[in-house]
This record gives sequence, structure tokens and C-alpha cells, in this order.
Amino acid sequence: MNSRRDFLQTSMAAAAIYGGAGFGNWAKLAAQQALTQDQLLEFDTFGNVSLIHITDIHAQLKPIYFREPSINIGVGGNKGAVPHLTGADFRKLYGIDDGSPSAYALTYDDFASLAQTYGRVGGLDRVATVINSIRAARPDALLLDGGDTWHGSYTCYHTQGQDMVNVMNALKPDAMTFHWEFTLGSSRVNEIVEDLPFAALGQNIFDAEWDEPSELFPPYKFFVRGGVKIAVIGQAFPYMPIANPGWMFPEYSFGIRDEHMQEMVDEVRGQGAELVVCLSHNGFDVDKQMASKVQGLDVILSGHTHDALPEPVLVGDTIIVASGSNGKFVSRVDLDVRDGRMMGFRHKLIPIFSDVIAPDAEISALIDEQRAPYVQSLSEVIGQTAEDQTLYRRGNFNGTWDDLICDALISEREADIALSPGVRWGPSILPGQDITREDIWNVTSMTYPQAYRSEMTGEFLHVVLEDVADNLFNPDPYYQQGGDMVRVGGLGYRIDVTKPQGSRITEMTLLKTGERIDAAKTYRVAGWASVNESTEGPAIWDVVESHISKQGTISLDPNNSVQVVGT
Amino acid sequence: MELTRRSVLQLGAGILVVASVPLKAFAAGEDLIESFTGGADIAEGGVTLTAPEIAENGNTVPIEVDAPGASEILVMAMGNPTPNVATFKFGALSASHSASTRIRLAGTQEVVAIAKMQDGSFARASATVKVTIGGCGG
Repeated sequence: MNSRRDFLQTSMAAAAIYGGAGFGNWAKLAAQQALTQDQLLEFDTFGNVSLIHITDIHAQLKPIYFREPSINIGVGGNKGAVPHLTGADFRKLYGIDDGSPSAYALTYDDFASLAQTYGRVGGLDRVATVINSIRAARPDALLLDGGDTWHGSYTCYHTQGQDMVNVMNALKPDAMTFHWEFTLGSSRVNEIVEDLPFAALGQNIFDAEWDEPSELFPPYKFFVRGGVKIAVIGQAFPYMPIANPGWMFPEYSFGIRDEHMQEMVDEVRGQGAELVVCLSHNGFDVDKQMASKVQGLDVILSGHTHDALPEPVLVGDTIIVASGSNGKFVSRVDLDVRDGRMMGFRHKLIPIFSDVIAPDAEISALIDEQRAPYVQSLSEVIGQTAEDQTLYRRGNFNGTWDDLICDALISEREADIALSPGVRWGPSILPGQDITREDIWNVTSMTYPQAYRSEMTGEFLHVVLEDVADNLFNPDPYYQQGGDMVRVGGLGYRIDVTKPQGSRITEMTLLKTGERIDAAKTYRVAGWASVNESTEGPAIWDVVESHISKQGTISLDPNNSVQVVGT
Repeated sequence: MELTRRSVLQLGAGILVVASVPLKAFAAGEDLIESFTGGADIAEGGVTLTAPEIAENGNTVPIEVDAPGASEILVMAMGNPTPNVATFKFGALSASHSASTRIRLAGTQEVVAIAKMQDGSFARASATVKVTIGGCGG
């Protein structure tokens, strides 16, 4: 007799073969012209339930370029495990050919030249076409949004998230969970959520004063689809008041709260749930650990760390699905649920190639309507990239966008050292491309944009780097916050990711003099995105715009200032 | 005494440790355990300590202890200058042997709960709570 695990593994193998059909064959399609919408959407409908997962859109309504990371280090038990594989290692694991559409979508090599061939990715009007196609095959498919939706663009900032709310509402999700949404401030979040036409879930969203589950965000919701009683449990980003300014939403407390998650799973199972889905904004490694501690989760739809994986990862009997970011991917997960159990699944990570998938006309019009009042300002060209200069952010350490932002901080704020947050959002710019105001906002937009300038001792700078490094490289995923290392300008250092907090960072060097940072000496530091209340300074997008317009054409020196060991 | 949730909170507020000095108190915590147990063996398990992995605010960290069959539970913040946080005592007729409070932590450290059972045995649980200056979310 087949155990449940055998079923899952069989179907994992089937999914891998299927994934091969979806991904491997593309390698034979030499050019974009040969890739069709039908191939991207091809899916043999399976079982009786379909889940559609999209996450971490970061307000990217329109098609963009998005380069995946070249460095994504796993530590502890996750060393060398997905999603901590990049480039050739990633392609080898999944059998992806160099130069193929999948290589372009999922890895970083030859990004600029492959982008010329395969074009932009994302666009919620293209996403709408994919969703409609899945719904045509399975009309009662569940659409689940993993959060980081109402944040990350010029129009999202100026409408306080309303542009995204309007467009997402038209896509008719069934449930959502949250992270950056809370940086709109709790009163605005509450206002939107009270009128939201779908479930706003978070089993770990608590009332801060009484440490009790918040009333506005229920822990779960039941759906009956394909005759199956499904419980969707929400898991918001656990470290919101730490990674983002807690003073903007003081009424709320978060945390992983896996004991409470277990209670919720037991509760929904007790009420007859045959399938339990966790819509999570934990980040991938945290989800893996949670899956090993909480019993009874069938599927975790994982968000936050922006990983895009062509196959689910299996932890015990739980499958974990990671669906990328910035509107670049949609995951479809078909499940066979019988006799109150998940018997098998079929999965496809669908890359949204904007030039291949036709936009949905209704959603296109709705997107343009949101942007119309701002189009003139959005499209203003501020500068260009040089013929060999790509701008990107993703990766554990500085991307070129970060280098540019740090240069802007140092020159515009007259500082020795610049610090820039290690966020994972922000589209890429190709060589020789215009940089518009919209592009600058896409990598800087937030509700706490003040570019401060302050004095810090060498000792304090070391504490800052060690603190952020531990949020990324602590071997226990529950102590990781899911961002990347703080970006630095004017400062070099060596990091040993295997060391404990306090001894990872050494050889800190002030680049302009080549001298070692002196613990007792004071340095002029400019930065932005401080979580502290009453931070003062001009908005970062103005600082960056001013710098780019002075430069005209952007050409950056290669950044070799961070030496990484222990990977 | 009937412990309502509010009175537990007030109790918690009353015993907040006010401190901003470096962490050097681990030995003091060990001494406290010694005097609480009289040097008896301490088993792992039998007491549950619930605490956040990372404190949202190190000045007020919610924790909860639960030990069925306990007569007393000692709670300590091992890295605080004064590790003693609270001792909860439960009478024979107590319906539940759990309590929650909020504590102040001077930095990343281990929080320890030791339960004295009605039969005189001891049980221990601990959790590392990280106090961080904040990072940058994805």
C-alpha cells in the first residue's frame, strides 16, 4: 500500500517530469518568436483543486526587467540547499539550458543580452491573462496573494496603495496576507482592509496591547472548492516592527507564533478541513522550518524572500511553493484531495514573459487609469545607463542600483560612508536604457524615505553591520528577517558568514583613504529607510534623481569592497 | 490571590528591571537557580516557555510560562543585570499553572523558566530572545 509520502513523492516526480516538459523544451526554442502563450500556459488539469499563487508584486503594475541574484548564501542546514543556489548551479539542478527562456527567467547570467532577446517580464494585465486561463480550466481555482502588494512604486506611494487595491480587486483574489502594506500606517491599512472584498488573513497578527489575535485580520478562512473543504491560514511577515518602522503600526504585534499556527491547524482540522493551505510571508527558510515544526500543513505558499522555484520543496508531508516577485511569476498548483487527504499535486511556475503573454484588455485599461494622473511625472527621463551598465539590486550584497544610490548619498549628502537598506525589491535597468523618474521610485519608494546624515563611531558602524548580518546569516532560520545585507558605499569589509554575531565582520576600511575604520573615531554617514521615528532629511528619490541628472550617463566602477568567506 | 490578566500585567510592570549596563549577570542567574532548587537535579521538559524569537521591543517582551502540576515557576532573564524576573506561585486548587507577563531585556539573551513541581522535582525550559537594532525587510 502506498503511504501518503509515496503519493507525494510519486507526484513530485511527475511534477518534475511535467516541469521538464514546461521548461526543458523551451531551450530548443532559440528565440522569443518561437515561444508562445500556449506553451507558457500549457497545463494538464489535475485532481480537484487548483491554487493560484502570486506574491511580492511590490506595486509593479507594468512589465519590467528583473535580474535574479548572483549571490544568495544559505547557512546552517540550508547551506547549498534551494533557494540558495544561483546561476549555473541553479540551472544544473533543474536541467535548464544556458541561454534558454528559463535561464533568463530564473538565473542572472547574460542577463542584459538575454533581456534583449526575451524582453520584459510581469505586468498585472499579463498576470490577468494567466489567471483567466487557469480559471477557464478550473473555474473555482483559489487566487491567493502573499502580500507586499500595496508598496513599491510612484503611483502606489501617491495613492497610498489605492492603485494596487483597485487593480488587485479586479483580479478577484480569495485571500491575502501582509508585510509592507503596514508601512502605509495602521489607520490606512485598517481603512483599506475594512472594505476589502476578500479575506485579509494573519494568524500571527496580534493586538500589541493585549497580545491577543487582532479582530480585523482573522487567522484563516474556509473555502469549499471542487467539493473539498479547504482552510487557508494566513501568516504575515513575522518581523514587521523590527525590519520596518513599528511606530507606524503600534497597535499590532506579529512574530512567527508557530504554537498558535499549530492551534489553528488543529482547529481547522477539527472543523473538517480536508486541505490546509498556509499563505505565508515568512520567507523560504522560515517556512521550511515552520513546516518541520507544525504538523498538518499540506501546502505552504511562500513569499517574502522573492525566490522563484520551478518545483515545490517537500518537508515531511508539506509542499512549499515559491513564486518569485515583482509580478514576474505566477504559480499554479493542482491538487488531488480525496478522503480528507492530499494524495498528489501538479505544479507549474509560470514566468510572465510580457511580450509573449497577451495583456488582458480590461486590466490594461484599469492600470492605465491608475497611472493617468501621474504619467507626465513618471515618464520624465532623468538619465541613461552606459552601454555596458546594468542596474539591478537582488543579491546578498550590493547590486549596481545600490552602488548608484550609495554614490548619490555620499555626493549629495557630503558623507564619508553611505548605508542603503538590503531590500529585495526593485526592477532592473538594461544597458543604454533611459532612467525615468518611475524607475528611480521603483527602487526607492517607501513611506519613510528620509535620507539622513549623521555621525557614527567606527564601533557603532561595526555593531550595525553585525546586527544586520545576523538577521541574514544566523544559522537558525527563525532568527532571520529575510532581507539582504545592508548595502554600503565608501566602506569595505570582510565577512565570514559562518562566524557568530559580533565576529563576522572584520577589516572594515574607509575606501577614500584606504585606512582601517577606527572604533573610536567618528565618521559622517548618510543613509535612508531608518526605522527610527523623526528621522530627518530629503527623500531618497530626490537625492538619487539629483545625482543621476548631474551624471547624465551612469557608468559605475566595479564594486569589490566586500570580501565574502565561509560560503 | 486570583490572577487576572490585567493584574499579571501590572505585576509584570512592577518587577521590570531597569537597566542599561552591559551583560554580565549570568553567574547571578546560576546562583538564583541554585538557591531555588537547593542544588537538586533539573529535568528538561514539563514546563513550557513561550517567548518571541526576536523581540519587537526589548523594553516590553511578552512571555508565557505553563507547567501543569507546578507549585512555583521561577522566571529569569539570564543576561539582565538583575536576572530575577518573577516567581509565580500556584495553590493546590489552581485551575491552570500558567502565567504571562512582559519583561525588559537588556540585550539578546536566554530567558529561563524553572518549575518546582508539587512532588518537589524541578523542570526547566529556556528560549533565546534576540534584541536587535532592526534590519531591512524584503
